[in-house]
Amino acid sequence: MHYSSLDIRHIDNRLSLKFRGELTLYNLAKYQKDIDKLDFDKEHGVVLDLSQLTFLDTAGSIFLYNLKKKLQSNSSLHVDLLCDNSEVIDMLELVMAQKIKFKDILQPRKVGFLENIGRIAYQNYLLFLSFMVFIGELFAHKMYYLVSPKNIRFKEIAFEINESAIKAFGIVALTSFLIGLVVAYQSAHQLKMYGANIFIVEVLGISVLRELSPLITAIVIAGRSGSAFTAQIGAMKITQELDAMQTMGFDPYRFLVMPKIVALMITLPILIFVSDVMAIMGGMVVANLELNITTNLFLDRFSDVVALKHFFVGIAKGPFFAFLIAAIGIYRGMQVRDDTQSIGFNTTKSVVESIFAVIICDAVFSIAFTNLGI
Amino acid sequence: MMDNIIEVRGVKTSFEERIIHDTLTLSIPKGSIYGLLGPSGCGKTTLLREMVMLQEFSGGEIEILGHKLGKIEYKEAMELRQQWGVLFQSGALFSSLSLKDNIALPLVEYSDLSAAMINEIVKFKIGIVGLKQEDANLYPSQISGGMRKKAALARALAMDPKLLFLDEPTSGLDPISAREFDALILKLRSLLNLTIVMVSHDLQSVYDTLDKVAVIDNKKIIYEGDLKNILSVENKFIKTFFKGMGRI
Repeated sequence: MHYSSLDIRHIDNRLSLKFRGELTLYNLAKYQKDIDKLDFDKEHGVVLDLSQLTFLDTAGSIFLYNLKKKLQSNSSLHVDLLCDNSEVIDMLELVMAQKIKFKDILQPRKVGFLENIGRIAYQNYLLFLSFMVFIGELFAHKMYYLVSPKNIRFKEIAFEINESAIKAFGIVALTSFLIGLVVAYQSAHQLKMYGANIFIVEVLGISVLRELSPLITAIVIAGRSGSAFTAQIGAMKITQELDAMQTMGFDPYRFLVMPKIVALMITLPILIFVSDVMAIMGGMVVANLELNITTNLFLDRFSDVVALKHFFVGIAKGPFFAFLIAAIGIYRGMQVRDDTQSIGFNTTKSVVESIFAVIICDAVFSIAFTNLGI
Repeated sequence: MMDNIIEVRGVKTSFEERIIHDTLTLSIPKGSIYGLLGPSGCGKTTLLREMVMLQEFSGGEIEILGHKLGKIEYKEAMELRQQWGVLFQSGALFSSLSLKDNIALPLVEYSDLSAAMINEIVKFKIGIVGLKQEDANLYPSQISGGMRKKAALARALAMDPKLLFLDEPTSGLDPISAREFDALILKLRSLLNLTIVMVSHDLQSVYDTLDKVAVIDNKKIIYEGDLKNILSVENKFIKTFFKGMGRI
């Protein structure tokens, strides 16, 4: 065990700081405190005595360099360094060489409030432009599909249909069944008070077919498949798989992007249909148990009062929602930069943005259809 | 003109305000192994990415196999891409496909060969890069870094390209595998009559394999030519990097 210490005493009218043993980052702080207590202005000269120093690490070396510099800045003070250990000298020189080479790290300029707003607005503008570029590329490639059916990647589309839709049947069915159950249950309570039990059919039929099923399905798919698109394409970008595809002449738009979008546009209407069936079934169960409306009665009235157009309005929204979800998911995947954190960031963004876009789109449809009298 | 397979003329690159390349000019002769050298961050990999059309340059022109990249048509670009192979630093094998399928992919997409024929070709490529046939069914996540590079090289060679781009082929390999890889590259060059363009930091590999080098420093080409005369250039990077060359 080395005995390390700092002896401070006056020798020949000069202040001597004698370091013994080791000077490392473990005992630096203690020495610093002792040295801070000293008043160098009263001294005529200082000797930094390293002759008894057995080991010096880089932290200690930087400490000595800074101490010496501070003392030398006081012009009336004469500073001497006593040292004969070559290892210690090497270490001091190493730090000195580095210190001379590097200027202070520049502090980043402070950004003002207004400038910040401007920067964010401009970044969002650039983001919007790049999304437009993406949409443009998509349509160019869609044309390519239309020119010759040979260009359509049927195998990839089939794979994506299975991956992002068929495997989602279960969760979409279950969610929709529960939503139908809940909506019916809440309405049943209100309707019973007025003795308007039979109107459960209209309430359910129109709300589920027109709005609830398409929205619920789109939200489940955005959370399930949209996020998967972002994560998959993002990871492929980081591992340079996308670059590799491009250099091999496999256009990622044809091999990755179009199949995903087409697959989702084909299957989302089908999923909405499944969701319609399941939600109405959920409603029927509640109508039967709570309102004593038999299944036969429910279905009879259903075909009388719920017009077919409501069903088609719901289904017709499918491809539009699918396009938004897939396009935003893939676009976000392509926005991933070379770090893993941006996968998480973009996946979150993709889900939030696609659900938001779906709801905006739904609102636009709602106004348009109502004004058109559909 | 036919003896140069790649001509880079006055290429400029800048990211926003930061200038990476300021009028680079170099030419890569047919059949040579050409190295892009320089300190980290000097834009070697950027230049390589520009050559393989992964990145756009802001000025000048690059001509590869007679195609000018500046205003290349979609179809022309697709044809050009089938004539080269690229080996990425990390291999960039498709993680969802086995080694066999990775190598077969370009063949399946671009040729009308029968499945049996493709299988034969894949076997040959696996053999030529020094992988074992029984590794063919493994996935990229199941194999070592050296094997991954070899498999990626096999994929790059699948279409028998005339031109091969290698981005730090020996980085991340142990010295023995790195020397094996160098020997493999030399063997392939003579076997398949390839032109190889590589970015490298490995002095031994530079010395063993390269015929001609270009050194990029401070946004410019500071040297282009063979390795014999390189020490005559007064430059800190060259002096430090090639200091030990006499001893090897």
